[in-house]
Amino acid sequence: MSAAAESLGWLGVPLAVFAGAIRVSTPFMLVSLGECITEKSGRINLGLEGILVMGAMAAYAASLKTGSPWFGLWAAAGVGAAFGLLHGLLCSLKRVNDIAIGIALMLFGTGLAFFLGKSYIQPKAPNLPSIPLGFWTDNPQLANALNVNPLFPAGVLLAFFLHWAFRNTSWGLKVRIVGDSADAALALGYKIIPVRIVATMCGGVLAGLGGAFLSLYYPGSWNEALSSGQGIIAVALVIFARWQPLRCVGAALLFGGAGALGPALQAAGVSSGYHLFNAAPYVLTLLILIASCSPTRSLQGAPGELSLTRS
Amino acid sequence: MNSTLERILVPLGAVAVSLLLFALFVALAGYPPLDVFALLYKGGFGSSFSWNNSLQRAAPLILTGLAVAIPARAGLVIIGGEGAMVLGGLAAAIVGVWGPVHIPLVAQIIMLLSGALVGAIWIGLCGWMRHARGINETISSLLMAYIGIALLNHFVEGPLKDPNSLNKPSTPPIPDANMLGLTPGFDVHMGLLIGVVVALIAWAVLRFTTLGFALKVVGGNPRAAQLAGLRVGRWIIGACAAGGAAAGLSGAVEVAAVHGAANASLISGYGNAGILIAFMARHNPLAIIPVAVLIGGIGAAGGMLQRRLDMPDATVIVLQGMAFIAILASEAVMGSPWRRIAQRLWGIEPATTPVAPAPVTVLAKSSTLEAA
Amino acid sequence: MAGQKFDRRNFLKIAAASGALAAVSQSALAQGKPLVVGFIYVGARDDFGYNQAHAQAAAVIKKMPGIKVIEEEKVAETVAVQKTMEAMIEQDGASLIFATSFGYFDPHVLKVAAKYPKVFFAHCGGMWTEGKHPKNVGSFFGYIDECQYLSGMIAASVSKTKKGGFIAAKPIPQVLRNINAFTMGAQSVDPAFTTHVIFTGDWSLPVKEAEASNSLVDQGADVLTCHVDGPKVVVETAEKRGVFTTGYHASQAKLAPKGYLTGAEWDWVAPYKTLVEAVKSGKQPPNFLRGGLKEGFVKMSPYGPAVPAKAKTAADTVKAKMVKGEFVIFKGPIKDNKGATVVAAGVSQGQQDPVLEGMNYLVAGVVGSI
Repeated sequence: MSAAAESLGWLGVPLAVFAGAIRVSTPFMLVSLGECITEKSGRINLGLEGILVMGAMAAYAASLKTGSPWFGLWAAAGVGAAFGLLHGLLCSLKRVNDIAIGIALMLFGTGLAFFLGKSYIQPKAPNLPSIPLGFWTDNPQLANALNVNPLFPAGVLLAFFLHWAFRNTSWGLKVRIVGDSADAALALGYKIIPVRIVATMCGGVLAGLGGAFLSLYYPGSWNEALSSGQGIIAVALVIFARWQPLRCVGAALLFGGAGALGPALQAAGVSSGYHLFNAAPYVLTLLILIASCSPTRSLQGAPGELSLTRS
Repeated sequence: MNSTLERILVPLGAVAVSLLLFALFVALAGYPPLDVFALLYKGGFGSSFSWNNSLQRAAPLILTGLAVAIPARAGLVIIGGEGAMVLGGLAAAIVGVWGPVHIPLVAQIIMLLSGALVGAIWIGLCGWMRHARGINETISSLLMAYIGIALLNHFVEGPLKDPNSLNKPSTPPIPDANMLGLTPGFDVHMGLLIGVVVALIAWAVLRFTTLGFALKVVGGNPRAAQLAGLRVGRWIIGACAAGGAAAGLSGAVEVAAVHGAANASLISGYGNAGILIAFMARHNPLAIIPVAVLIGGIGAAGGMLQRRLDMPDATVIVLQGMAFIAILASEAVMGSPWRRIAQRLWGIEPATTPVAPAPVTVLAKSSTLEAA
Repeated sequence: MAGQKFDRRNFLKIAAASGALAAVSQSALAQGKPLVVGFIYVGARDDFGYNQAHAQAAAVIKKMPGIKVIEEEKVAETVAVQKTMEAMIEQDGASLIFATSFGYFDPHVLKVAAKYPKVFFAHCGGMWTEGKHPKNVGSFFGYIDECQYLSGMIAASVSKTKKGGFIAAKPIPQVLRNINAFTMGAQSVDPAFTTHVIFTGDWSLPVKEAEASNSLVDQGADVLTCHVDGPKVVVETAEKRGVFTTGYHASQAKLAPKGYLTGAEWDWVAPYKTLVEAVKSGKQPPNFLRGGLKEGFVKMSPYGPAVPAKAKTAADTVKAKMVKGEFVIFKGPIKDNKGATVVAAGVSQGQQDPVLEGMNYLVAGVVGSI
């Protein structure tokens, strides 16, 4: 074997899982943090999948038109906020169900993104840069794995911030009370609907950014198959993480790493039963749920107003 | 009567509003809105061919809609019907190919029942996980859907592959004689009749029997249900299994009426479309039929828009999204203001019962609070 | 369950109903109306890959005089495609339909073809068999493995690690044939060359394709190629990692100005024209239509800047032989990667050999299993 680039063999598997955890997890992390904010306020937005796709398209289009991927991020955030606002307003109408509106937005956002995104599939838009955190190593594979997009550390920092803010700021308290008990919030004189609308908009912004990560960094282009359900899985991960921002990060890393397992094993030469390896993230998540839940503990931390988890 | 009328007229008004919005959208995109509407009608419902086209597209959606609607009666949000559907199809193919019986009618019944059984077990497991381990059924059914699809792919590309299926890895074909035929009177496969009959049965059971009532209690207030002596766990698992059976049955119909074998074409998104349909029909099994026909019709018409106006396929997804949002939002105008207007104009007495009754109990909670 | 009640009326097969529904083609043609040709795609027709290659050729057909082209994209391999074909015939008067996804063939095209015997159904990739399949159905396909062989030659001539990475959707005969041809082309230049394969499981999974590309580069592959619906992600990822690529479906040279070597491209205009002209003139179109570089069904992307002149000459020599029909890729002895002989010594499987369309092995030198 030539020495130009050392093959890693079996060592490649843990490296790929590690690198995959960082690369693949970012959209899961951003979307689930956003959904965490929304759900803390007592609403659920299943439409984040649609917002993510719409954000991905808008980001790519904006980056292409302006030549700056940073404008792409703004576009994705703007689109996300607009869709979040739409969800927030519609769900504030009497008798209108948040889960159903979310499914409607999933469809609408996806359809709109496909409709408007036709002419952006082929051109190449400027991508977001990455931070070479692997500058210290001579190993090219590891150095590449440590090329990290700024959205990843930003997401991790945001998780720590949210963790702190939910407990220690008046804003965090307000969201939590509105989400836990509308009666208590009313008694305290909080305006429930505006809080929920803003929380849903925050969720939309983060979902849009999650989409921008997909189209502007990894894999780094726009097409109609770009999202393989990241938005909807992220909503599930929030429940998995029991509404705790830091656990959302853990869940996203776990999911991203497990998703890299299938390709990594094949690259090392194991390819029979590859469909089963590819299902690893789902099986693993389910097994952890089975192991860690019990009828009494599972809903710890669930916002009391959340329709999805009403016991 | 008044309330029934309202429950039909308001959603129809919502569809009209969404069509206006859609007209604006297509006009902005540079297409002629009037032509678009003419083609939508022509393609979806303008001729007997169009009707058959729409009904054929609607047929599988009735069952996958029920897969969401039945558990919803017990307050459960199941979004993993796709997994139960493909595994139901796989089960039907296995018994259809390797089963011992080759009398067509018997073989068909066995195929359909095995599909339903496997679907029932798959989603029933989500019910069990909810009951025994407290795992949220929405997330578990979603994960199970991905796992089910992986299993289907694994089996049709691996152990169950027919070497003659070449570039479309499939199980061996079931005998031609055992394939389901057409729904009498229609150019639509038997899935339409099966779907309609199952929907009617589900509606009757949920509406008129104590079974339906008990499910409603479990969905409305599990603690009260427990106090009333209902074994909540069994009801939860049962509701999930019933929904899963509908999804599995739809997969079996796909195999026995369309594909003649199990392969990746079973992963068609019908299970996901069922979520949309159930929510649009407010989990009412009877309403699922017209909603499925509407969605099927929009699908059929979408083809016509593509062929005649060169519009992209996504056009009709946008229309479906708009219609869905409008119908859901129209829920808000139902009830009091209309009543009051009607009362003033024609002296109709306001009904004493609340307008949006039980089906969507899950949803009632947050919205009533917001109304306060 | 409810099944019992209605299954009793197991109705006649659809074939029985066929005769009654007459097709429009002949009478329409007699009146000088345009010939209506329908194209059906399984994905978006601007996917920058498989479907776009078809749509681009359809656009050429559209410009032919006396032809009206109608198209539908994202048509699922379910009853949806059956109804789409019927609608094209019933509502638009189509008398020639191109069903461009492999999964459309059995049962969908066969079922609708039985119902409309006067319409011709041209299917991409299928194995039309005399006596087994109806006369108004035909299958066409291109021997793109010829291009993959040449791509493999170029790949091996620039590779330093002697390791190639192949990102494929599913282990089906068409895909295996490409992987094997690529590998054998590479081994003709350097017998030590190995191809590492990753199956992603479906035709369009961008994130998984990117992961697979990265994993392969991490394992030392310095040239990547693929067989998925849209190669954009693989080509761009390779360029980012600084390794070479060979393209598929269409030229992706613009996406990777440094690393793009060459690629295997479709050119469906030739088979489309043959079929359209046959139907137009009222002749029986060919039921089994295949072609490679010689017939112009496939072509190579122009060589990229990284390809050395020597490698170009070597590949062009083989290409010239292929164009003359003198080159056989699958010539024995060939062993699979488990050591079994799959093509015996002295056996020569020419492009037309139907055995190749059922390929179920990976040749020696491919790392991966099926």
